[in-house]
This record gives sequence, C-alpha cells and structure tokens, in this order.
Amino acid sequence: MTDVSSIETLPELAEVPSAQVRGKLVLHPSRQQYVAACQGLKDHSFVMCASLCGVDYLGHPGRDLPDGVEPQRFEVVVSLLCMEPPLRVALRLQVPESDPSVPTLVPLYPGTEAMEREVYDMFGLSFEGHPDLTRILMPEDWEGHPLRKDYSAGRVPVQFKEAPGPR
Amino acid sequence: MSKDTPRVTAETTDTTETDLPGVTGGAAARAAPVLREEFEERLAAETSEGPQEMLDRNLTNADELAIEEGALLRLPEGLVLDPGDVDVEFGDDETMIINMGPQHPSTHGVLRIMMELEGETVLRSKPVIGYLHTGMEKTGEELTYVQGATNVTRMDYLSPLHNELVYSLAVEELLGVEVPPRATWIRMLMCELNRMSSHIMWTATNGMDLASTSMMIYGFREREMIIAFFEKVTGLRMNHNYIRPGGVAADLPDGWEDDVQALLDTIPGRIDEYDELLTGQPIFRERTEGVGIIGPELALAMSATGPILRAAGVPWDLRRSMPYMYYDELEFDVIVGTVGDTFDRYAVRLNEIRESCKLVAQILERLPKGDYRTQDKKVTPPPRARIDESMEALIHHFKIFTRGFEVPAGEVYTAVESPRGELGCYLVSDGSNKPHRLHVRGPSFVNLQSLPAMLRGGLIADAVAIISSVDPVMGEVDR
Repeated sequence: MTDVSSIETLPELAEVPSAQVRGKLVLHPSRQQYVAACQGLKDHSFVMCASLCGVDYLGHPGRDLPDGVEPQRFEVVVSLLCMEPPLRVALRLQVPESDPSVPTLVPLYPGTEAMEREVYDMFGLSFEGHPDLTRILMPEDWEGHPLRKDYSAGRVPVQFKEAPGPR
Repeated sequence: MSKDTPRVTAETTDTTETDLPGVTGGAAARAAPVLREEFEERLAAETSEGPQEMLDRNLTNADELAIEEGALLRLPEGLVLDPGDVDVEFGDDETMIINMGPQHPSTHGVLRIMMELEGETVLRSKPVIGYLHTGMEKTGEELTYVQGATNVTRMDYLSPLHNELVYSLAVEELLGVEVPPRATWIRMLMCELNRMSSHIMWTATNGMDLASTSMMIYGFREREMIIAFFEKVTGLRMNHNYIRPGGVAADLPDGWEDDVQALLDTIPGRIDEYDELLTGQPIFRERTEGVGIIGPELALAMSATGPILRAAGVPWDLRRSMPYMYYDELEFDVIVGTVGDTFDRYAVRLNEIRESCKLVAQILERLPKGDYRTQDKKVTPPPRARIDESMEALIHHFKIFTRGFEVPAGEVYTAVESPRGELGCYLVSDGSNKPHRLHVRGPSFVNLQSLPAMLRGGLIADAVAIISSVDPVMGEVDR
C-alpha cells in the first residue's frame, strides 16, 4: 500500500527536501538526486509521468521553497502519477541560468520525450541524454526561446479605422 | 534534411515543364533544368524543418530510431521490442520516406507525419508538429486572470468548456474561493454535454476517414443539437468563455430543462443508430480490429491518457480516480477495452457518450437552486441592475474588467478528464493580476507520441484509421 507517508520513507528520497502544498506532496530534488528520485518513485508504482514543464522565475524572486533549496532562475516541474491508489507527486527541480542542463527522464518515462523537447524549445534547457533534442513547436531556424521572461512578446499594431488618405 | 522534399517538387515541376515547350519554345526549355534546381533548393530551404523531420536511417542515432519505430520499452521482463522485428525484409535502397500532411484530409488539421515505407508497410514514423503554434502560453502571461479563460478556451476547440474548467479550477485553488454548488453543477452539466459533442464529432470524422460518409453527416447533425444548446446558454457555439474563475458567466436560460431533456430523449437512440451503422459493419470491423494495437504497459510508459489508455484496459478516469467537482456523488461506469486496437478506442468513445447521457440525466435531477457564481466581491462583478443605480458598482465593474483581480503568489497543478485524456493546468502566480506562467498539459500533445508505436508494421491505409483513433486536436497539440 502506497501513501504519502510511505513515499517519504523511500531510501532514494531520504535526502530530498519536501513540502506539503494544499495537501499535495511536492519534492525538491537537486539535479544530482533527480533521476534517482524518479527511479525510486517509479519502482514504487508511480507508473506514469503525467506532465513535465518549465518555468522561468526571472522577475519573480520571492517564492516559497523549503529549507535547503536554493532558488534558481529556471524550474522544471514534473508530475508523476501512481494508479493504485490514485496519487500524484510533484517534483520541482531548480536549474541555474549559468548551466541550463537537466538529466533526461526519457529512459525512465519514454512519454516525457515530447514534453522535454517542448521545454528545450521554449526555455532553452538542455536535457542531457535525450535521444532527439530538437525544437518541436518553433521552426528549426528560430532564434531564442520564446517563453523565457526576457524574450519580449512581439506586437503587431492594429489599425481600427481606415487609414487617412493622401489629402 | 531528407531527400524527399525535392523529389516531390521534382514531380510537380516535371509536369509544368511538359506543358512549357509548346508555349515558350526551346530557350525556356533549355533554361528550365537550372531554374528547377534553384527552385528546388529554395523550396527545400524554406520549408525544411531540419532535424525535426525524420532523417535517413544512417543519420539517426539508435535511441531516436527506437522511438520512431515504436520500440520503446526496455523492461527486464522480456517485453523488449526488437527494432528489426517488423515482418518485412527490406534493403536500404528499397525504403522510401514520405510525408503525410501537413495538408491532408485525414490528419485532422495540420499534423504532419513522416513515414518510412517499404512497399505499403510502415517501418517507422515521426509526427512533426508546430504548424499551428500561436504562442498561447506566452499570450496567457499577458492577459489578466479575467481574460485568461478566453485564451485557454481556444486551445482544444472541440472541448472548450473543459479548458475553461481546468483553468478556472487552478485560479480558484490559488484564490481560495469557494464556488457555490449550483455553479459547480452547471459546470458538470456543460462539461458532460461537451464530452458528448466532442465524442460525437470524433465518431463523425472517424467515419469519414474510413469512407463512411453518412456517419459524418449523422454525427454533425447530433453535434449541432448540442451546439445549439450551448449557443442558447453561453451565446456562442464554440470558445464560450462561459466557465470563469468564481463560477459561470450566466445562469441557465428559462426552459433549459426541456432542452436538455430533448437531448437526452434523442441522443441515446441516435447512438444506437451509429452502433447499427458501424459496429456490426464488416468493412468497418475489418479496417479497425487488430489495427494499431497499443498495450497497457506501452500506453502507460508513453503517458497516454483518455480513451487510448482505457482502450488498452487500464481503468483510469480522473472523474473516478481523483474526483473533482461532484463526480464522486454520481453513478457512472468507466469504460475499458481489452485489446487496445482502433476498434476498442471506437467502442470506448461510443460508450462514453452513453455514460455521459447517464450523468446528464442525474445532474438534471440534482441541480440545486442558488447562486451561479461566487459572491466574493473580489472576483465577481456586481449584478447588471446595480450598475444602473450605483456609481460604486459601475467603478467596481470597470475595475474587474480592466485591472482584474490579484491572485496570491503560489503554484498549482489541476487536472480534469477531458474527452481526450488528462487535461492539466500548471499555474504560477507572483501575486499580480496576471499569471507568471500558464502551462496547459494538452492530452492530444502527449497522446501523439504513441503514434509511432501504433503505426509500426501496419499498412499505410491503416495509418488513416489509427491517426483518427488518437483523436488529436491540433489547436491543443501546438497551442
């Protein structure tokens, strides 16, 4: 029987800081602990990686993190699912701007393939060991990573009335 | 860059060239090969997606090849798929990489699938997406929480209400706002009707893909009835912006019970007609049974959800497993398949329409009286009548729709069961009136990854049936 308290006693998660947010368990592994923590959860019947997304915290410095977790500019947020009993665990991984690389989860959860490509495309985080790390939504020759906060959104001026004539 | 884009254009320019000499004479014909070469080069440079495309085998690394061949599981229990084990002998020069889409009637939008074929057998395939990418997550960061629902509703345009629902649930969880029971029941009513219209639409287009054109006409007929009800309630046929943070935009109109009852009286009979038309039909069964099989282990590994996962025999439905709203108080069955082929996915969807009918009938009985939106003045504008008599009410109304409301800082992930699977919303707030980050976990985007595993070893004619059975909505895939 898996429940939240038995997850926290997993040997792989012994060193990982965790928090309860509105009744849900959130783990904050370091990049070294990340794959081992996911492996431990997978062996513990977390059979599916439901979601993986990136967040750019530039311009939003004050956030709630447990002790021992150093806030960094980027975060990778993973949501793992256990089916028996129904449980969801979130992992939030801090990724510094100076070294934007994350170990890949594809060998563990092949379903993260497209999601990691999307994070690479949108945030420029490179996933070490990903089999096909190319852009997925943007064109191949696109410059920059659109969902970064320092990438400004383009605007097209809208003209609501007929343009004034030459006279 | 594959060699195929030029090959296709070579054919088209060939035909123009045969038309040319009679008109323009010898000089143009001599110049044509050079021009054609230049044209081909330019076209290839302008349209190529580089390594996003499927490359030749010798340019692809082993891991990527395994993904394209659908040989993904590396489990210890002997479930390992051997990449070479498609029952076709082929030499390196006998295979051909072709494009299906992005402009193809059976790809349901602008989905492009590159396939390596040996004769008519698909050896490997790769979906190439992004042709409908409009940066909706970036747009979501520019819009206030009040405006946000108009943005997310355009993602999955066949089930807009589920998009609004998951977004509203996320905002409400951060706000800590209680939604009145009537608002929640109205949301459930609308979402179940939306599930019916989405699945009926799928049955219709799936029928069309398998050359059963009458099914398409019938499906659109029934969908039209539901859409007409939506128009009566929300004012719009699609992209309703009806479910908003705090409740719903308006109460149900007078006589809505009769309209819903009319739907409940009509649709189950029509579903039986579909059953008669398709389920027992030998051609339809022949084209769907045993085609595009995906087993439970592979479906779980590929993060597939919704009808794909349930057709593989995994009883996973968020309405049952992780109940949200009042689904735990209602009676319904989670439909599962046994084989996980295209026919099972069809049967799961068809029976889910029946389950939704059951749910709607129960909601009709139980829908309570009360407020249709929260009375928290922070998120709800004053009633229309108050604006006419009170200046403060007018200012209040104006402030909510221009400035919006502030949402406490925090992170939240909410998930609902949309017709296509787990629809999730990850919302990060920095305490201002706009989301810091809005991520939508689109089920179609994730489900598309299982296509190579389903297509592998099948015929190209089956590919049409398989792509249709995944039910991708490109607006949600590309966002």
